[in-house]
Amino acid sequence: MKRARFISAATLALLLPLAPLAAQDSLPPAPYAYRQLPDPAQEAKAQALMETLRCLKCQSQSIADSDASMAGDMRNEVRTRIAAGEDPEAIRQWLIDRYGDYVSYTPQVKPLTWPLFAAPGVFLGFAALLLRGRFRRGKRANAALRKDKP
Amino acid sequence: MIAELGLAILWMAAALAVLQLVAGALALRPQGAAMLGVVRPVAVMQGILVALAFAALITLFVTTDLSVKLVAENSHSAKPLIFKIAGTWGNHEGSMLLWVTIMSLAGGFVALVERRLPEKTLMATLAAQAFVSLGFYAFLLLASNPFARLPQPAPEGAGLNPLLQDIGLAFHPPTLYVGYVGLSIAFSFAVGALITRDVGPAFARAMRPWVLGAWIFLTIGITAGSYWAYYTLGWGGWWFWDPVENASLMPWLAATALLHSVSVLAARNALRAWTVMLGVIAFSMSMVGTFLVRSGILTSVHAFAVDPARGSFILALLAIYIGGALLLFALRASTVTEGARFAFVSREAALVFNNVMLCGILGIVLLGTLYPLLTEAFGVKVSVGPPYFNPVAAIFAFPMFVVMAVGPLLRWKDDRGGRIAPILAVPALVAIAAGGAAFVAGVRVLPALGLALGAGLAIASLLPLRGRNLRRTPLPIWGMVIAHLGIAVAALGMASESAFSTETLAALNPGETRQVGPYALTLDRIDPVAGPNWTALQATVSARYDGGDATVLLPQARVFANPPGTRTESALKTRWNGQLYVVLGEEGQDGRWQMRFWWKPFVPLIWLGGLLVGLGGLLALIGRVARDVKRLVAVDKIAFRRERQGR
Repeated sequence: MKRARFISAATLALLLPLAPLAAQDSLPPAPYAYRQLPDPAQEAKAQALMETLRCLKCQSQSIADSDASMAGDMRNEVRTRIAAGEDPEAIRQWLIDRYGDYVSYTPQVKPLTWPLFAAPGVFLGFAALLLRGRFRRGKRANAALRKDKP
Repeated sequence: MIAELGLAILWMAAALAVLQLVAGALALRPQGAAMLGVVRPVAVMQGILVALAFAALITLFVTTDLSVKLVAENSHSAKPLIFKIAGTWGNHEGSMLLWVTIMSLAGGFVALVERRLPEKTLMATLAAQAFVSLGFYAFLLLASNPFARLPQPAPEGAGLNPLLQDIGLAFHPPTLYVGYVGLSIAFSFAVGALITRDVGPAFARAMRPWVLGAWIFLTIGITAGSYWAYYTLGWGGWWFWDPVENASLMPWLAATALLHSVSVLAARNALRAWTVMLGVIAFSMSMVGTFLVRSGILTSVHAFAVDPARGSFILALLAIYIGGALLLFALRASTVTEGARFAFVSREAALVFNNVMLCGILGIVLLGTLYPLLTEAFGVKVSVGPPYFNPVAAIFAFPMFVVMAVGPLLRWKDDRGGRIAPILAVPALVAIAAGGAAFVAGVRVLPALGLALGAGLAIASLLPLRGRNLRRTPLPIWGMVIAHLGIAVAALGMASESAFSTETLAALNPGETRQVGPYALTLDRIDPVAGPNWTALQATVSARYDGGDATVLLPQARVFANPPGTRTESALKTRWNGQLYVVLGEEGQDGRWQMRFWWKPFVPLIWLGGLLVGLGGLLALIGRVARDVKRLVAVDKIAFRRERQGR
């Protein structure tokens, strides 16, 4: 009996530090924050979208990877809207309108981000130029090498 | 007392670095022979002194001397010893001191053992190294003194971020720093060779072990960091394209390119200017990485502005080093010829192609990491994340995998594609079969291509061993084969994780069961447990694979008191064909417990691949160094014999 009381006191002591943390989230959590949609196809769609949305409270995590309560609310929002049949890109746009471009990990195509989308092409072109220079010289070297051979 | 001693020693070491720079520079003059004897011992002494200063700082952390500002801000008396020690470099000042310590020790080591380079090139190298470390001394002594005292000793320390109180993360920063510093030594070699116009195979052989060593540490550091993020963040992600991750990836990409071009230079005396340029780029990337992580610019431009002195200091150092090196390169580039020529179909050409592809990925990562900072200057905050990086990096990575499969089979200088085509038929067929199967199974394009190329490359990477006597195959060849295999294995793991992972989120009462992939998971009970400086709730979960025997998993939700914070401790069960990942979340309103389960087929291959790449590098390094030592011993013997005969 005495021992049981000691254990429960110890348990209480252990759990006490948890209390203030729990108090922060006193609102009932959003239903779809930690629950998947029953339809696997819809859930996959929601998951794909959530992985490309930024948790605004964390450093570099998507809302699919975060325990922040705001990320939970956003997951709920995404899942609810997907379940209602909304288009993922429309949901992204709705979130961008509310939170700004920052919320989307997929950069939106607009004048300010053109360089970002032009970069792969520019780099590829540059690489092709560099390699072509090599190739030309290589061809000449090839001819020279072949000539040297008996 | 120890703090003041540490600071004094640090000043002395900085003074020696000045001496090393001046004496090294003077030794380059025609009449500078008198200086030749000074530089080496000074470099060694400088290394020893900084190590002592760092030891002083570790002592302060171990004894938790709370009159020292850095200790009071970052440590706590009730922390396990290992994390007190690790706390030494878990903060800005300490990590900078660690950087300069590793750097000066490496410089001292070069001064002690390097015998292949012409004396003048070595002097120029050590002077360049002193020049680089002086910047860091200035930074430490003027802008971030680790030994500063508080006017009043603090009653108790503020503690270390709970996320950092993990054995994996304790050794993560030093590992990366060794890599960064190795690249700084390679940079010094490149500058030294540029100054004396001595870019050739001897320079490449002297530089290669440092590049290899740096690259091994970066590989291991990135692999370990990724695994740490995977199991502590509690959501099963393993790479986030986070700027901090990119900061370690960029030097690795540059070092990989440098490693391959320095090998061409050593073996074939080709790609001289290209190698020097990559040496400069690789070090630039490690400086950019340090700048990104240390300036606080990442969280936002505004966080940077809170303490602009530090960020500006690193930015100024960056500009001086990189600008100076590029200027030197521009001045000397005309005198550095490209070296031996090679044909379009040759091993050199394949290496050049992949070097260019690596630089392409590097460019994309650099741009994507810095772009949000650029747009923020225009008042718009954007995010650049996985949806951008994954496909765009793949544009460069996939052709690179193909050439990786072909390149090692080609001969140096000149070859015909027809010669190796029959050998490559098997891996090509395997790749097509794997890609076809993935496509039929409905896997998305990127993972399907990853599976195809990974499978093909895994087989092709072993082909250089065919027809060889395996016992007499040189270690560097083994190293190459294992490292390339590691890349293929990692690619397979990444593609499989992205294509086949399954997730189950569930709110469970004790006794309830849920399915994820092949596993049936039962929540048995929830208990409170306590550790040295944390308390936790621990779930007992029984996992049955395909209805087999139960394995017990114990995921925890930990709460730390000093400083307050929480951390999920995920529980993992690794099988040969994948990993089960279990996380305990919060208790819901109805008393049920939030649980998150993942089944990730073949995900451990990602880190196994990373380790294989590191192991390959290690074998190559051992092979190279063993050969160098043998040669040194032989040279010494001949010199000794000559001396005796002369007598």
